[in-house]
Amino acid sequence: MFDLKGYGPELAAGALVTIELAFLSLALALTLGLLGASAKLSGNRFLAGFAATYTTLIRGVPDIVMMLLFYYGGQVGVNMLSDYLWEAYEIDFFFQFDPFISGVVTIGLIFGAYMTETFRGAFLAVESGQIEAARAYGFTRWHTFRRVMVPQMLRHALPGIGNNWQVLLKTTALVSIIGLTDMVRVAEEAAKAERMPFHFFIPVAAVYLALTAGSELFIKWLDKRAHAGVVQGS
Amino acid sequence: MPEFIVEWLNQNDIFTAMTLMEYWDGLVTTVHLVFLSLIIGLVVAVPLAILRTVKNPFVSGPIWLYTYLFRGTPLLIQLYIIYYGVAQIHGIQDSFWWEIFREPLYPALLAFTLNTAAYTTEIIRGAIVATPHGEIEAAKAYGMNWFLRMRRIILPSAARRAVQAYANEVIFMLHASAIASVVTIVDLTGAARNIYSRFYAPFEAFIFVALCYMALTFLLVFAFRKLEKRLLRHQRPVSS
Repeated sequence: MFDLKGYGPELAAGALVTIELAFLSLALALTLGLLGASAKLSGNRFLAGFAATYTTLIRGVPDIVMMLLFYYGGQVGVNMLSDYLWEAYEIDFFFQFDPFISGVVTIGLIFGAYMTETFRGAFLAVESGQIEAARAYGFTRWHTFRRVMVPQMLRHALPGIGNNWQVLLKTTALVSIIGLTDMVRVAEEAAKAERMPFHFFIPVAAVYLALTAGSELFIKWLDKRAHAGVVQGS
Repeated sequence: MPEFIVEWLNQNDIFTAMTLMEYWDGLVTTVHLVFLSLIIGLVVAVPLAILRTVKNPFVSGPIWLYTYLFRGTPLLIQLYIIYYGVAQIHGIQDSFWWEIFREPLYPALLAFTLNTAAYTTEIIRGAIVATPHGEIEAAKAYGMNWFLRMRRIILPSAARRAVQAYANEVIFMLHASAIASVVTIVDLTGAARNIYSRFYAPFEAFIFVALCYMALTFLLVFAFRKLEKRLLRHQRPVSS
């Protein structure tokens, strides 16, 4: 029953691509989220406005449209730049936009916006007394941020990060549309060639299910660790 | 109108009446698909959510499994399974169902409906479970039976708690519907992809649809904010 008609290794390689894509996008999203939340809370009107525009724009547009724009538009943009550089300065510059990079950038940008909101809420949940105490001890702004705010904020941010991660994981399936040979793409080609859709899509669905279920357990464990020593009223 | 806009409008070959009509048809398809799947999904989700709160595991278990499966896998895979899968069902090509499922619109509608129903079931279940116990006790003290209690007390109060999360689900569905274009449906994104490949103009084609989706999103956000205000008007601070 579990005969994958010789597509097994390709599917496994595809699954690895999916996982790599998900982790790289997560890293980018977390970085952008921290930057975005810091910008929103910085008190600087220009920075806050910029971050607000970023999160609003991203949340108004479907992920797949953004991906198509980056993938096709990115290449056209690079071509224009390379033409210009050649004509103006005779510099030979070319860069092939590949689906993997476009996928990481788009998913990172999209979830960066969601992470911004998560981190913003978490930063606001840190007691102001903690920050005042740090300042009273003579901590600089950077030290307060790194030693006091971030460690305490993470505890509040964890459930939000977990939710975003689950959605991100499922969003990686879309990168198959712009031609990345991930698990979904391999399954699609195999299903078409062998005319056996259930045979190939159901194992792929099961891999996604295993990934989301595994993440859920891991996040629960992390949450428990993050709450070590916190007395919770019930 | 400023000079440069007039000039640009005269020069552009992309946004002609014909392409704008294509975008319009795409918009109609998107709205049609999203609206139908949301309505059917909501109608299915309410009874499922109620049954999901039942203590008997033989009733709530299968519903839990359904929501778990549909929320744990990407919508794209669900769409592929249904779109490619129906054609493989033995004998369907000879039955009248084939007339319906041969069009890609119906497999997509089925996939979207099943997906949104799973998410909505969980949203409504969460809201039902969070009903303050006092409200139910009061209803019982008034002698209301289960059905009346559900209709008059639990569901209206759950609706107030669920509306915010449901608004997010509606916007999520609008954005998720963009993948309909991969099974050859010409929705908004499908129209943009066609126009992109005809003119090789990614910025014009995709930024324009991005703006269309954004307008739809803000319209929905605005409508739900109004609805929320209406549902929660009893909590509004008294103006002096």
